[in-house]
Amino acid sequence: MKNKLKVLRAENSYTQEDLADFIGVSRQTINAIEKEKFDPSLPTAFRISKLFKLPIEAIFLFEET
Amino acid sequence: MKKERKKNIYQLAAWTWSWVATMAIATFGPKYIWDDHTFLTVLAVSVNFANGILMIIANRNLFNNFDELERKIHLESLALTLGLAVVVGLSYSLLDTTNLIGFDAEISNLVIFIGVTYLVLVTVNTRRYT
Repeated sequence: MKNKLKVLRAENSYTQEDLADFIGVSRQTINAIEKEKFDPSLPTAFRISKLFKLPIEAIFLFEET
Repeated sequence: MKKERKKNIYQLAAWTWSWVATMAIATFGPKYIWDDHTFLTVLAVSVNFANGILMIIANRNLFNNFDELERKIHLESLALTLGLAVVVGLSYSLLDTTNLIGFDAEISNLVIFIGVTYLVLVTVNTRRYT
């Protein structure tokens, strides 16, 4: 699943550590999501969406594998 | 989350060391400290067992504090470790019962195998996601 997390994080001047603290996950998890090695759970996706005030589908782009 | 994590890690470390210490006492105590006194041996084994249970609870608390990626990493590692422990353990036992090896299959070797396998798999899986 592709995502715009890195771009949104940069636009808001957040570090991975800041974002991890806001969302309640580890920095490694944010890094893995940004590198598209790991798809977040629905609650985490909702928390990210709430933080950036954007709908989930504007951040995460689903691709059939 | 970080404060809770630290607390869970310290608790797990404390119970693990205490479990190892009580295991040593229960192993060597009957021979070197209390001269095979049955009551003291039963007490030492019981204390060691209770420590083991508390160590497992501390490990569960740490696991519940993991985030979703950490859980995935540990769950995959645990699944492979469990499978390998059963397969390798039974093959090792078969080698002993069929006299293909010249020594007894010791459970301690299997425990070491499980520990090393889990450590390696957690390292490999962590690298996969970084």
